[in-house]
Amino acid sequence: MLRYIGKRLLNYVVLLYVAVSLTYMLAATQLNPRALWAVRQPPVDPAIVEAQLRQYNLSENVPLLERYWTWFTGILHGDWGYSPVGLNVAEQVSTRMWVSLRLLLIGTLAGIVMGVAVGAWTATRQYKVSDRVITALSLLVISTPAFVVGHITQILAIMFNNATGTRFFEFIGETGEVGNYPFADLVDRAQHLLLPTLVLILLEVASMSRIQRNLMLDSLGADYVRTARAKGLPQRKAVMKHALRTALIPTGTYVAFAVATMFVGATFTERIFNFPGLGQYGVDAITHRDVNGIVAVTAFSGVCVLVGAVLSDIMVAILDPRVRLQ
Amino acid sequence: MSTATSAIAAKPAKRLTRGRLIWRRFLRNKTAVVGAIGIVFLFGLTLFGQYFLYWKFDDIDTNAFLMPPDSAHLLGTTQAGRDVLALTIRGLGKSLLIGFLVAMISTSLAAMVGASAAYLGGWYEKAMLWIIDLLLVVPSFFLIAVATKGAPEGESSWLILVVLLAIFAWPLSARVVRSLTLSIREREYVLAAKFMGISPFRIIVRHILPNASSLLIIDATLGVGGAILSETGLSYFGFGVQAPDTSLGTLIGEGANMATTFPWIFLGPASVLVFLVMCVNAIGDGLRDALDPSSASGGQA
Repeated sequence: MLRYIGKRLLNYVVLLYVAVSLTYMLAATQLNPRALWAVRQPPVDPAIVEAQLRQYNLSENVPLLERYWTWFTGILHGDWGYSPVGLNVAEQVSTRMWVSLRLLLIGTLAGIVMGVAVGAWTATRQYKVSDRVITALSLLVISTPAFVVGHITQILAIMFNNATGTRFFEFIGETGEVGNYPFADLVDRAQHLLLPTLVLILLEVASMSRIQRNLMLDSLGADYVRTARAKGLPQRKAVMKHALRTALIPTGTYVAFAVATMFVGATFTERIFNFPGLGQYGVDAITHRDVNGIVAVTAFSGVCVLVGAVLSDIMVAILDPRVRLQ
Repeated sequence: MSTATSAIAAKPAKRLTRGRLIWRRFLRNKTAVVGAIGIVFLFGLTLFGQYFLYWKFDDIDTNAFLMPPDSAHLLGTTQAGRDVLALTIRGLGKSLLIGFLVAMISTSLAAMVGASAAYLGGWYEKAMLWIIDLLLVVPSFFLIAVATKGAPEGESSWLILVVLLAIFAWPLSARVVRSLTLSIREREYVLAAKFMGISPFRIIVRHILPNASSLLIIDATLGVGGAILSETGLSYFGFGVQAPDTSLGTLIGEGANMATTFPWIFLGPASVLVFLVMCVNAIGDGLRDALDPSSASGGQA
């Protein structure tokens, strides 16, 4: 077992190394940091530009492989390089990581739990009015891009604020004006979190409930549930003990992935509600031609995906007795 | 005795073909039918809509900057005095085109790679699975954005976007096709064809892919929705379709900054986009119910 896990881990590390290296090659050839200086007025002395680009290992006059080697040996010392204007990439990622975590954790977890509950419940009521209504609503949300959902909630929130003459909904940044009362700091943060968290929950519940409903329908129709009913177990117990338990096994895999990949998954939410998290950083890195920045974000997200893969392997092994037996 | 024979005779004499069966099951799903009608309507709008409109998408009405919807401009105008309705129809056309092209390319790729990996096996299968993992491990959104950033601009730059979206869209489907092929390749008719010395390529195309066709059709349909969402997401950030050309995402991205004060620039294209993706997803759902033989939701055929 341990040997098997070790082999898989080694395979994952090689995979990640190749993926990140290819990303570096792509970013280094496609993003041209020199263009940042070309639009400056008054024009900057080309020698100065060249010196600064060389300092941050971004000059395309240096052969690609040489730049790659400098970058790679830097990483081995924990140095992820600098942006064209000299910001330390590793520092940026490590601070923005926590911003993303603060924004996304509640929304993602609450969304998954509620989605599973809603999906399982609608499956037991297949084709009743409640099921049809929820199915139609989740179809609507799934078909709506995150950026449209985000902006619509903002429009509604502003209408609410204007109608009531309050600033109940805050939608820019992590913190704003802090009042002068006990726990004002916390209330302010909660206010700023409310709207993006609602958006995240909405999106997560919609997709999760669809998945869970299908899984639940499969297990509700399974022979062992019918057997349990035939032996006289009440419907409720048969559903909870037999159907729901099996239907939750694949959900475990999904949850492991969703939590691990949440960091860069909410680019739109971060952008719309102006949270300086990792997703926003990735987009900014591309527009600001920050080669080292975007490669670091990609690497971080790759690690998250692989952690998710390993976690889901372990999760299945714990939850599913059939896997343990093999 | 006589009643029994008449009961049998009363049944339809002809057996339903598979196509008719699927067609009936699809028609029974009202949401899917509405979705199909919606898509046909949107296609008609992009093909013939411009002939009914007074304004062209690149016209500038210097008498109307940022005007709310009225009789002259049914969906209002933008900051530059362009007609939002004309822009929306133009953007819709581009988004539809990109969505369908990407879905076709990526589903074909997924079908060929997935089926050949499972059928041929060996080092080829290992290599393909490794490439699939490689493409899945990195965030495709950022990579496509990086690649389009450095791509040459111009009239046909959206074609590069199609290729990039397709490159990152096929891997997951290919895995599903592969696992399905693993069971199909053990069937007797495939073995028979193999022992008759028919080439692997012919076996895959003639015997394996037709048996995976229901999966492929569903995959392609849902792929259209996925591709449209990816394209509009990229364009929203300004990475996808570039000005002067426009797509629904570009329009929404431009309108979003002013969405709270001038909502029509945002709401017009946003509602069209949501309607479009809903139609595609509804058709996908309906097809899944109609094509999946074990699906209970199709009702009795």
